[in-house]
Amino acid sequence: MRDDLLLRWAAKLLIPFILLFALYVQFHGDFGPGGGFQAGVILAAAVIFYALIYGLADARKVAPEPLVESMMAIGVLIYAGVGVAGLLLGGNYLDYFVLDHDPVHGQHRGIFWVEVGVATTVSGVMLKIFYMFADRGRVDE
Amino acid sequence: MVVTVWVLGRSRNLFVVVVLSGVYSFFMATVLVAMDAVDVAMTEASVGAGISTVLFLGALYLCKSREAHAMRRPWLPLGMSLAVGATLVYGTLGLPEFSDAQAPIHQHVVPRYLNEEKDEVGVPNVVTAVLASYRGYDTLGETTVVFTAGVGVVTLLRRRRRARAS
Amino acid sequence: MTAATLTSPWGHFTYFVTVFLMMAGLFIVITRGNLIKKLVGLGIFQTSVYLLYIAPGKLVGGTAPILSDAFTVYSNPLPHVLILTAIVVGVATLALGLALVVRIREVYDTIEEDEILRLDAGTDPAAADSR
Repeated sequence: MRDDLLLRWAAKLLIPFILLFALYVQFHGDFGPGGGFQAGVILAAAVIFYALIYGLADARKVAPEPLVESMMAIGVLIYAGVGVAGLLLGGNYLDYFVLDHDPVHGQHRGIFWVEVGVATTVSGVMLKIFYMFADRGRVDE
Repeated sequence: MVVTVWVLGRSRNLFVVVVLSGVYSFFMATVLVAMDAVDVAMTEASVGAGISTVLFLGALYLCKSREAHAMRRPWLPLGMSLAVGATLVYGTLGLPEFSDAQAPIHQHVVPRYLNEEKDEVGVPNVVTAVLASYRGYDTLGETTVVFTAGVGVVTLLRRRRRARAS
Repeated sequence: MTAATLTSPWGHFTYFVTVFLMMAGLFIVITRGNLIKKLVGLGIFQTSVYLLYIAPGKLVGGTAPILSDAFTVYSNPLPHVLILTAIVVGVATLALGLALVVRIREVYDTIEEDEILRLDAGTDPAAADSR
């Protein structure tokens, strides 16, 4: 598909907006529809789009395998880490109100980091699964 | 949606089946928006119509087959499905009507979420607040499930380069 | 309008649609031998369950559960949360199922259920060793 000028051009226009939209959905999830899952999936979709148009090798340069694999695990660790932080600061596991001087701000901070963790894991997993499926076909024949 | 599912069931070309499942997911997302479930609709549209279709197409490319003949004389499964469906319909007759404000689902804990949420969490999107704060454990489990699925797929589809060299 | 008995069929319309989709998904899973089509049928079944949960949460005249000063009636947010989790878990299961199908195809060279059963019953460990 890299020779098809129209597709490449459309992809070049669209992919930055898709990435921006993923970030918007992630951070605006408090005020409108959205949140970690949707943002993670949209981010993975942007990279998959890039891989479809420009080829897997170029996509691997943008999102190398070790990065994607570690993203899968780091997200879960961030989430669990927020819980442990709640423990260390005096509350129960996954208590958010101890995370800041003010319970409501603590909730905000906790929700922010938790959503970041979720989005990281979801985008990492979706991308890794895509890489595995795409890899299988190329090496088979 | 009903028509989509019907055509999907009858079709034997797997590519058509996969595309129709994406169409069905989009219809479902539209219905969900009509039900005021905007978060869920966004997730269903991106995950169901997006990622699912991509995965199906990937698997289809690797499997490359067309469905063989459908089961002849599917009377027993059809009868069973109709019987189970009739029983379920009979069961749902006892459920609250559509948009019933006195239904049990709207009592108990949900008024507390809607009313106290502004003071306790302060986040306008109640769904995000419930998902990340009130029901944070469930979301932790869900994230772990997603991680486990990724690990599972990696384990299943990992290439063993050593075996091929021998 | 609160009614304990069935006053009009439209009151339960969403349940009828849900049950139809559920049975359609179940039928596809049972009768079709092709593994990928089975997975699609399973997906249809799961989606009908989402509808089953979310439809009762909707209040006519309410709005999406995002707090704002302009609205007083909100649709129920609790089913939304549960179904959000269910959707993501559903796609996780789908990915694993598809990975299994790909592996089955590599070993048996077919994804039709009856052919796989026949191959399993006919040739014994010969097919399993070629992995």
